[in-house]
Amino acid sequence: MLEIENLHAKVEGSEILHGIDLRINAGEVHAIMGPNGSGKSTLAKILAGREGYDVTAGKVLFEGQDLLAMTPEDRARAGVFLGFQYPVEIPGVSNMYFLKTALNEIRKYRGLPELDAMDFLVLAREKMKLVDMDEDLMNRAVNEGFSGGEIKRNEVFQMAVLEPRLAVLDETDSGLDIDALKTVARGINAMRRDDRAMLLITHYQRLLNHVVPDKVHVMIDGQVVRSGGKEFALELEEKGYGWLEETEKARA
Amino acid sequence: MTETSAGRNTFLEEYSSFEKSDGFRRHAWLRPLREAALSSFKRLGFPTTRNEEWRHTNVAPIANSSFRLPAFDFDRHKVPELANFTFSETECCQLIFINGIFSQELSSAKCLPRGGRMKSLAAALETEKEIVAPWLASLASHEHNAFTALNTAFLSDGAFVYLPPGTVLSEVLHLVFVSTTNGHAIACHPRNLIVIGDRCQAGIVESYAGLDGGRYLTNAVTEIVLGSGAQLDHYKLQRESEEAFHMATLQVLQDRDSHFTSHSISLGGTLTRNDANVVMNAEGAECHLNGLYATRGRQHIDNHTCIDHARPHCDSRELYKGILDDRSSAVFNGRIIVRKDAQKSNAKQTNRNLLLSEEAVVNAKPQLEIFADDVKCTHGATIGHLDEEELFYTRSRGIGLEAARTLLTYAFASDILNSLKFKPIQCQIDLVLLSRLSRSRSS
Repeated sequence: MLEIENLHAKVEGSEILHGIDLRINAGEVHAIMGPNGSGKSTLAKILAGREGYDVTAGKVLFEGQDLLAMTPEDRARAGVFLGFQYPVEIPGVSNMYFLKTALNEIRKYRGLPELDAMDFLVLAREKMKLVDMDEDLMNRAVNEGFSGGEIKRNEVFQMAVLEPRLAVLDETDSGLDIDALKTVARGINAMRRDDRAMLLITHYQRLLNHVVPDKVHVMIDGQVVRSGGKEFALELEEKGYGWLEETEKARA
Repeated sequence: MTETSAGRNTFLEEYSSFEKSDGFRRHAWLRPLREAALSSFKRLGFPTTRNEEWRHTNVAPIANSSFRLPAFDFDRHKVPELANFTFSETECCQLIFINGIFSQELSSAKCLPRGGRMKSLAAALETEKEIVAPWLASLASHEHNAFTALNTAFLSDGAFVYLPPGTVLSEVLHLVFVSTTNGHAIACHPRNLIVIGDRCQAGIVESYAGLDGGRYLTNAVTEIVLGSGAQLDHYKLQRESEEAFHMATLQVLQDRDSHFTSHSISLGGTLTRNDANVVMNAEGAECHLNGLYATRGRQHIDNHTCIDHARPHCDSRELYKGILDDRSSAVFNGRIIVRKDAQKSNAKQTNRNLLLSEEAVVNAKPQLEIFADDVKCTHGATIGHLDEEELFYTRSRGIGLEAARTLLTYAFASDILNSLKFKPIQCQIDLVLLSRLSRSRSS
């Protein structure tokens, strides 16, 4: 579903990604772990189409299409979803209106009829249950004044409504207490399907106790240095990233 | 400042014919006022950009034009177009003025509660002299503002509203001023007097609009007196034609514990200047001035506000927002005066501007004059573009770039729009704003 080949990218002139290779098949959940500043979030933003990143080499194919050539909105319509690490507040736009507009744009793109306000509300209520979201949040402005937990629930809730083919979740676990983490994890697990792929980006292993990945990759200094199965995450939790960084240096 | 100009000469000529008209003679008691105002105009002349108050607003296009007083010539075929600017009769009582002249036929002033009056000023000058005379021209001075001077010199019609103490209105009063030029460059000088008794609660909308395009001048003055404990929501919706000039002064006098809320929405015209001046003249008064201006093309909109904390314990809140596209420009000048004895004054002023193009220009200036020491006054002005993070977040959810821009631009104005308690006016503004936003994006 997603094929990343030798991806190099620069931000403001300096190279952050030094050749990423990654292949995720439908139905798989992959995790990318790594220390701060390793380029994990940069990769997520490049996949979603954030401006300001200069891809200098390599390619990204999403279901065979050149993802990097698409606008951010077309990526979303084609089925790519990014759960933001730090979603912005949008004062003046209600969460409900925002998401209904988004869903209808995506439905239009897929040739489905648009949902009216009532149908949307029914759908939204059902998806809210997945992450124990308070209906009151629907009527508030997007992310405005939301707590850390509410913001992350809202990201997972948006994913549940938009039903992407590929979900990239950037540090969806950060800033959550253990109960909120479990809730968010439950929402993510409910979204796992044979025809959907997920890429979890996380600094800590704890999310992976609740959302068990098929593959774990470690990214250090803009490269995937090691990949393994789900047990690899536990090893990382125990040993930290230091030993891998040392090995990397030795190899270089 | 007394340079001659085509505009000045035309207005003086028009005054000579006005003097000979029936309308002028019918209200002979106004003669001294009109003449005093005319001499103010002669002395002041049209302001130039050398005048600090007019530094960023050049009225030369008005000074160099010859605007004539209009005749009442309303084409019945335009009644359907009028509906774009009115509200349904179930929502409000309406006075309609065509080219500044009252139309009984088109208006629908249902019965106000006992003792309330809502009629043309021309009629009130005859039948309500005891209420009109003490207030008319007592608030808006013609001595310092050439446009107020002209309006006062040509004073003959407009709206008159009087609510006796304790009146609570469930319906909004709508004053509609439409211009229809038939190809003539006309000048209208609507003059409104609104006297709200103690403890009244009311909502009043003033709408200004052009029916068929063309160059014309609307030069309006509204005086509002608010009795003690009275509450008034005042809305001004300016939707003049693209080539029109709109000059307006709103002058408000507030008594003890009164609440005045102004919503000033400016969308039309090529050149607009709004002066909104509020004097809180007794303790416990509160005023909220909300404004929204949206410009495009080469439109210019200038909002000058002045809030005078004349007495202690008064609160003012001011929020003006602007959305500027293309090569348009806007001015916000917010003056707040806190008089020497006006202790415990509380004033907050905010002006925010959103630029949709690189060529648009805003001049924002807070002007605080504080003569008391125990006061709380804050102000802030911002000028910026759409936020890149917000745009990306919106697009990353599948909403296209143009739709995302429209959504975020509309959201920028939403706090002003949501503060409009009278919802039909919000619907009208939504229609104009949204169609304009989507059109400007697709072009």
